[in-house]
Amino acid sequence: MSQDGDDARTLLSAAAEQAVELAVLGGRHGRRQFIQSVGAATAGAALASVFPMAAARALAQDRPGPLEKRDLKIGFIPITCATPIIMAEPMGFYKKQGLSAQVLKASSWAMIRDISINGETDATHMLSPMPLAISLGVGSQSVPYVMPALENVNGQAITLHVKHKGVKSAAEMKGFKFGVPFDYSMHNFLLRYVLAEAGVDPDRDVQIRAVPPPEMVANLRAGNLDGYLAPDPFNQRAVFEEVGFIYMLSKDIWPGHPCCAFAAKREFAEKMPNTFKAILFAILDATQYARDRSHRKEIAAAIAPRNFLNQPVEVLEQVLTGVFPDGLGTTRNVPDRIDFDPFPYQSMAIWILTQMKRWGYLKADVNYRKIAEEVFLAAGCREAMRALGQKAPDSSVVKHSFALGKTRVFDPDRAEDYLKSFAISRT
Amino acid sequence: MRRDRLRVIAVSALLGLAALVVWQAFAGGQPAGRGVPGPLAVAATAGHMLANPFYNNGPNDKGIGLQLAASLARLGVGWTVASVVAIMGGVALGLSPTLYRAVNPYVQVLKPVSPLAWMPLFLYTIKDSSQSAILVIFMSSLWPTLANTAFGVATIRRDYLNVAAILQLSWWRRLVTVILPAAAPAIVAGLRISIGSAWVAIVAAEMLIGGTGIGYFVWNEWNNLALTSVIFAILAIGLIGVLLDAGLSRLSRRLAYTE
Repeated sequence: MSQDGDDARTLLSAAAEQAVELAVLGGRHGRRQFIQSVGAATAGAALASVFPMAAARALAQDRPGPLEKRDLKIGFIPITCATPIIMAEPMGFYKKQGLSAQVLKASSWAMIRDISINGETDATHMLSPMPLAISLGVGSQSVPYVMPALENVNGQAITLHVKHKGVKSAAEMKGFKFGVPFDYSMHNFLLRYVLAEAGVDPDRDVQIRAVPPPEMVANLRAGNLDGYLAPDPFNQRAVFEEVGFIYMLSKDIWPGHPCCAFAAKREFAEKMPNTFKAILFAILDATQYARDRSHRKEIAAAIAPRNFLNQPVEVLEQVLTGVFPDGLGTTRNVPDRIDFDPFPYQSMAIWILTQMKRWGYLKADVNYRKIAEEVFLAAGCREAMRALGQKAPDSSVVKHSFALGKTRVFDPDRAEDYLKSFAISRT
Repeated sequence: MRRDRLRVIAVSALLGLAALVVWQAFAGGQPAGRGVPGPLAVAATAGHMLANPFYNNGPNDKGIGLQLAASLARLGVGWTVASVVAIMGGVALGLSPTLYRAVNPYVQVLKPVSPLAWMPLFLYTIKDSSQSAILVIFMSSLWPTLANTAFGVATIRRDYLNVAAILQLSWWRRLVTVILPAAAPAIVAGLRISIGSAWVAIVAAEMLIGGTGIGYFVWNEWNNLALTSVIFAILAIGLIGVLLDAGLSRLSRRLAYTE
C-alpha cells in the first residue's frame, strides 16, 4: 500500500471517529459521562461493537495531558526479549517520562496473562501472538488487548541436546520432545513451520510442550526435552552449561520476525491514555537505545542482576552482542542475532493468525486484517516514534520474506492462499 | 535415661557428619560449576545470605528473611482461617452422625485433590494471585483438621455430654467447656498435620504465582541454576517446618489429659 493511501485512510478514520463520538456521545465530555455511567469495560465493548474505536486514537494527541497514574506495575518474563521493558527501570527511561514503574517478574506466560487480565499489572511484556489470542478469546477468556510496540525481532534459537550433535536437518527430528514457551508464541509457530517444511508433522511425529523459559535448561539437562525453540538467554545458557548446542538461529527462519511485545488491556489504554502514551514513549526510547550495538554490553550489565534476569553477565553479553560459542566448537559472530525494532507491522499479525488457523488453535473464520488493525497499533506506534524523532516505516502492511521453506514470501493480501499452500496443516 | 539420650545425640551427630563427608566427596570430585555443589559451597552461600537476610532491592530481589516472612504470613492467614472453618465444621460433623454420613462422600472426593489443582480456578474467579495462593494454603490445611475434629468430637465419652445435659448448660457453654476441651488433643493433632501439609503446598504455590516468598525464591534461583541457593532454601524450609511442628507439639502436650 502506498504512503498516501495509508495516511489518507488514517485521517479519514480519525475524522470518522470524531464524528461518531460527537454524534453518539456528545463530544469528549459526553464520552466521559457515558463511561462513568456504564463502566469503562461496557462502554468500550458497546462502542467497539458499533464502531472500531481503536485505542490508537488515544495515542494521536500531540501533547500528552497529565498522567492519570504514576505508580505502575509492569509484568515481565526474565528473557532477553524483554530487554527494553526491563532496562527502562534501572536505566531510568520510565522516570524520564515522569513514571514510577516497577517491573514484576512472573514465572510463566500463563501467569503473565492472568495477572494482566486481573489488573495486577498495568501493562505487560507478552509474546506477540498473545494479545491476538486473548482478544479473540482463544486459550483464554476474551479480553480486548492492544499491542502498540514490539520489543525485539529475531533473538530466538532452536537448541538441541548435546547428544543430538549429529543432527543435520529437521527431517531427522522425528520422535523428539520439544519445548516451546507457550502455545501462543512465535516459538511454537516457527518450530512447527521448520518441522513441517521438512515433512515432520509437529502434532504426530514429535511432541511439543509448553515449558516456562526459565525451566528449559533444567529440563534439557534432565533429558526431559530433546530440544527447544526458546528465547535467550536460555539457548546460550544451555551452551554455557554444556548441555546443548545452537542448531539454528530464528533469524535463519524468518529474518526480522517479531517475537516479544509490549501490551496492555484496551481498557487501560482508553481509560488512561496519557499514562499509556508515556509508557509507550519510555519503551520506544529504551528500544532505540538498545538498538545501538555499542550499548549492548552496558545493557547486559544492567539487566543481569537477580532483580531482573538473574543470569551470568557473560551469557547475556554473548546473546546481545551476537559474538557467541554455538556449542559445536565454533565462535560465531552474528550482529543481528537479536535486534530491537518496535514497529508492529499488521502483516506480522496476519501471519500469526494464519498459523493459529493452520494448527487448529483458531477454529472460526475471522477477518485477519480487522483483528490485526485492532490489536497491532501500527499507526499509534508510528506517530509516537516520529514524535520522539525516530524513523518509522510509512506502511503498516508489508510483504515478509522467509529464509526457509517452500513459499518464501508471505503476501498479507493473499493470506488464504498462503494458508492453503501448506502440505501439513490442520485446517 | 540420660546416657541413652547422649548416645542418641552422638549417633545422630555421627550420621550427619558422615552424610556431609560423603556429599562433599561426591561433589568435590566434579569440576567447579558442574554437578551438585558440596556442603562447603552451600555453607558459603548460606553465610552470604544470612549476613544480610532482610535486604530489599525491589520486588524481584529480597533477602531470605523477607522471603520466609512473606511465606509465613501467607501460611498464617490461610492456615488460621482454614483451622477456624475446619474446627467449626468438624464439631458439627462430630455431633451429628447423620450429617457426618451425608457430608462424608463429598469430603472424600475433595480431600485427595492436590491443593495446587485449585490454583487456576482461584486465579480465574478471584482475580488475585496473592489471595489465590492463600486459598491454596486454606485448601491444603482444611481436611486434616476437619477429619480429626469430627473424629475427636464423635468419640468424646458420652458421660461428659450426659453431665453437660444434666447441668442444662447452654449450647455455647457446652461447646467451650466440654466439647472443645475434650476433643482438643485430636484437634491439635489435626492442626499439626495441617500446618505441615500447608508448608509443603506453599512452596509449590509460590513457584507458580511469583512475587515474594520462599517458593518463588527457589524458582528464581533455579532459573539461574544456582543450586547452592536452592539447597540452602531447602534446608531453611525444612528448619521452619520443624519449628512450626515443634510449636504445635508443645501445645498438644499442654492440652493432653488422661481420663
